[in-house]
Amino acid sequence: MEKELIFITVIGRDRKGIVASISNLLYRRNLNIEDIVQKIIKDYFVMAMLVDIKDSKCSFEKLSKDLVELGKRMNLIIQVQHENIFKMMHRI
Amino acid sequence: MTFTLDEIYETARMILFEKLDIRTTTLGINIKDCVHSNFQTFLNRVHHKIVKYGKVLTKKARQVEIKYGVPIVNKRISITPISLVMETHAKTKKFLQMAKTIDNAAKESGIDYIGGFGALVHKGITNAEKILIRCLPEILASTERVCSFINAGSTNSGLNIDAVNIAGEILFETAHKTKNGSGCTKLVVFVNAPEDNPFMAGAFHGPGEPDFSLNIGISGPGVVRSVVEKNPDCDITQLAEIIKRTVFKITRAGELIGRELANDIGVPFGIVDISLAPTPLPGDSVAQIIEAFGIEKIGAHGSTFAIALLMDAVKKGGAMASGNVGGLSGTFIPVSEDAGMAEAVEKGALTLEKIESFTSVCSVGLDMVAIPGDTPPEIISAIIADILAIGIINNKTTATRIIPVPGKKAGEKVFFGGLLGEMPVMEVKKLSSSKFMKRGGRMPSPLIALKN
Repeated sequence: MEKELIFITVIGRDRKGIVASISNLLYRRNLNIEDIVQKIIKDYFVMAMLVDIKDSKCSFEKLSKDLVELGKRMNLIIQVQHENIFKMMHRI
Repeated sequence: MTFTLDEIYETARMILFEKLDIRTTTLGINIKDCVHSNFQTFLNRVHHKIVKYGKVLTKKARQVEIKYGVPIVNKRISITPISLVMETHAKTKKFLQMAKTIDNAAKESGIDYIGGFGALVHKGITNAEKILIRCLPEILASTERVCSFINAGSTNSGLNIDAVNIAGEILFETAHKTKNGSGCTKLVVFVNAPEDNPFMAGAFHGPGEPDFSLNIGISGPGVVRSVVEKNPDCDITQLAEIIKRTVFKITRAGELIGRELANDIGVPFGIVDISLAPTPLPGDSVAQIIEAFGIEKIGAHGSTFAIALLMDAVKKGGAMASGNVGGLSGTFIPVSEDAGMAEAVEKGALTLEKIESFTSVCSVGLDMVAIPGDTPPEIISAIIADILAIGIINNKTTATRIIPVPGKKAGEKVFFGGLLGEMPVMEVKKLSSSKFMKRGGRMPSPLIALKN
């Protein structure tokens, strides 16, 4: 079955437990992390996770809301977006 | 990873920090099929159709917004120009009833503005259209969400000066019926009005459109300003190039969201309007893009050239990104809705005449411009005629949204609130053109119209 990929972008100050907290939230919803990249861009810690939501146990809306709330608790900005927007904006 | 982290961050940054959003999704709805000889049945059909599709639009737009993380700021509806469907019910009372019905339907379905309560009178005015236009002040004062337009000319038919004269009178009347003249913010006077424009207040679902059409208006002044600020020393050619590339990206996002939303609603996708649309929020200003080019304040000499450069780059980037570019696709320079424009007026940098010259290189014209409340109707008509003549001769859309503010003089501040913003009332020349305007009639179509 074809994958349905989303990007979770995390922006903020680097700290312990960021990957662990997000991974744990995703694991509990039966989601697989396909790839992770991270680096410092202009003093911001920026991380992107590529996640397959094909087998997700919850709706996109709920997942997005939970991740944004997790971000707020950890003082991070978390943005959840379907892969298609990156395909459209960055590939011809 | 199929994308670099810089690409992913660029998209996130545009949305989170530079206010990239979909300014409007406007569902065009044909209401010609609602017409009935029994007026109550007609009203019921219109109400039912608007509420049915309005609710679907607001629900589906929310889902797409979450999926792509791009805010969709406004969900709106445009309908068939009301004059076309009311010919057999052309009574003042019935126009008022229809306006109330549409206003209530918009409210019920969570739509903030509904456009189309206007008339196409570019060649001449029918009796029904005259009745409609004459009752617009009452309609704009007594409804909350209904927007109106008058298309008073076109390059192919010339400029209907009789309609322009009436427009000045009804703007004056509307202003004096509403607080701060705010009823006038819901009325646009056009030439060459596009039938698929998604932006209010001038949106309508043109007679050449299908049953439905989902049109998208993207935003992005903040994104363009940011990329200009990051390149403070590049030459003009390079500046045009970086704007073009940026607009390409934001238009692609608009195209994706528009197509998906149209598909989810089950209606045809119409167009992406690539106009840069400012808001009064800090940083979301077209004036500030021009200032980032290296101009002290918008209105300074060089500003018209700067807007021309910006416009051309926006069009090239947008046209490459979408096969369905349409609507106005210019750059909006509303004064009260753009904090940078309002500030330039306050500092004395920007005058009515300079905005008039901007009209020659971008669309819209005098948009959200407050003028003294005692400006006589014939001077308002003459201001409108100046802007519309630019559109007629240059074969492009131009328009006015002029707000005479009762009791206020030039220099005094007026607050419209929310996205409508605030600005100082602008000075208007008191010299009369009334003898010329009162000649009436129609300016013939220009030579440029003879293309066949």
